[in-house]
Amino acid sequence: MAEPVLDIRRLSKSFGALKATDDVSLDLRAGEIHALIGPNGAGKTTLIQQISGALKPSSGSIRFLGEDVSALDVAERARRGLARTFQISSLTPEFSALRNVMLAVQARQGSSFRFFRDVMTDASLTEPAIAALSRVGLGDRVRTPAAELSHGERRQLEIAIALALRPKAFLLDEPMAGMGPEGSRALTVLLDGLRAEAPILLIEHDMDAVFALADRISVIVYGRIIASGTAAEIRADSAVRVAYLGEPG
Amino acid sequence: MSRETLLNAGLALLLLVLPLAATALGEPFYVSLATRMAILALAGVGLNLALGFGGLISFGHAAFFGIGGYAAGILAGHALNAEPLLSWPFEFSGSDQMHVVWLVAALASALAALLIGAISLRTSGVYFIMITLAFAQMFYYFAISWPAYGGEDGLSIAIRNGFPGLNTALPMDFFLICYVLLMLALVLSWRIRDSRFGAALQAARQNDVRVAALGIEPFRTRLAAFILSGMITGVAGALYADLNRFVSPSMISWQMSGELIVLIILGGAGRLFGPVVGAMLFVLLEFLLGGLTERWQLFLGVILLGVVLFARGGVIGLLVGRARHG
Ligand SMILES: Nc1ncnc2c1ncn2[C@@H]1O[C@H](COP(=O)(O)OP(=O)(O)OP(=O)(O)O)[C@@H](O)[C@H]1O
Ligand SMILES: [Mg+2]
Repeated sequence: MAEPVLDIRRLSKSFGALKATDDVSLDLRAGEIHALIGPNGAGKTTLIQQISGALKPSSGSIRFLGEDVSALDVAERARRGLARTFQISSLTPEFSALRNVMLAVQARQGSSFRFFRDVMTDASLTEPAIAALSRVGLGDRVRTPAAELSHGERRQLEIAIALALRPKAFLLDEPMAGMGPEGSRALTVLLDGLRAEAPILLIEHDMDAVFALADRISVIVYGRIIASGTAAEIRADSAVRVAYLGEPG
Repeated sequence: MSRETLLNAGLALLLLVLPLAATALGEPFYVSLATRMAILALAGVGLNLALGFGGLISFGHAAFFGIGGYAAGILAGHALNAEPLLSWPFEFSGSDQMHVVWLVAALASALAALLIGAISLRTSGVYFIMITLAFAQMFYYFAISWPAYGGEDGLSIAIRNGFPGLNTALPMDFFLICYVLLMLALVLSWRIRDSRFGAALQAARQNDVRVAALGIEPFRTRLAAFILSGMITGVAGALYADLNRFVSPSMISWQMSGELIVLIILGGAGRLFGPVVGAMLFVLLEFLLGGLTERWQLFLGVILLGVVLFARGGVIGLLVGRARHG
């Protein structure tokens, strides 16, 4: 079998006495959605932070596209094709939705050291950006500053930015949170098709979306992966039901 | 045309008409006042790249201003005495030509900005402010303790450096040189603001975590902006020394760094013509109030307080509203 796109081996991270990531091994294969679920404070975001390079693990390795990326910084990993979205939207607030996405297009083209041409007249930036915005349903909010978008719209903009990066893998940290039922449904359809473009590591509390989308599910509790398998296997796992799905043993 | 564009055009015209009218009325003093405005505006345009667009509150830009000033003074001095400044790796005996002086000023400032930026840009907030200040103070004390070039007393420029085809001793000729350089810097600043580089720089000011997550290094982007910024302020310093025909360590003082920040905040940080309005007001206030009292900066402080409290976008923001980013 081909090597996974993303391969995490025996990762650990401590904050003082707290083991936020405890010997986690996990992989992401081409074409799949791998969901990572777990209660609040289980260590999901901390894991994403380490994969994207924002946090340094205490031990363990992270391989991406066959290479060890542990020593690379956030920007370098992003250039290699790792796109993450933030649980709490992280945007450039004064810029319009369009310019937020254009910046991603520009980053993907690897050309931020150009000092003269007006970006707004550059169709190689505006067209892909508008396409990404339309794809997430923000086609009519193109000119609105990010700071003036609603909470749900900001979540959509996060996705549009990730799309515009055309990454080799998506790391999505609770993309549905705060979107409302209609938004969640639309995003579920979008993600369903997206896995063919690049595999998705999906952190999500919305269990309907998770069971509808995930090829595999891993369950993390207190920094440890306690179960990993298909949706059916996870549903049947008694440890998971006790620890997470809130059912008595 | 937007209201801001109209305002900018009006300001550019005003700064040009002022000395022309003064010359016609036989009041050459006002020409040198306008020249001072143009030079401080140019220094401000440089700082605005870092502070306004990049959010980098440099409290050490006087270092570049002073480096430019000393470039003018030292090159002119060596040219006058015909004693070589360099004999290795090539013979260089100074220069009394402005374009050579500007080139040296820009290169020396770029080098200093690379050094200062490479260290200070690893920090942010108050630490960045303090480290840039500390570097400028080092340059300041270095200049004071360098007797070969005047030490504390500074260095006179016997004859203002020349420029091909113009008589720089004539106030109007020299004003036009400064004015044209200011306009060129404004065009450059305008293009940079709207370019890909400008987008990355302004985005890094708003949210550098996001910028890094896209694959753009905030550090490299800021360093490039800091160097460009230092170069422009350095050239302004060379002009300032030629205007006064004198350069001294006071050009590198922390008060000078502070004045550059003040005039940008007064005019509107991150606005293309913010430094122009700021410099015009600053010089005007200094002239009007400075005649009445030595404590004129007290009034400046009150005005600055008003701007910070009631007009966050400076005078430009007050007149034409908030900036729009596409
Ligand atoms: N920088 C930090 N310093 C100290 N402790 C931290 C830090 N970041 C996270 N933690 C702790 O690590 C644990 C895991 O946090 P994390 O944010 O990864 O959880 P999560 O699974 O994403 O939770 P949620 O579902 O609420 O988003 C929590 O107990 C949190 O308080
Ligand atoms: Mg989280």
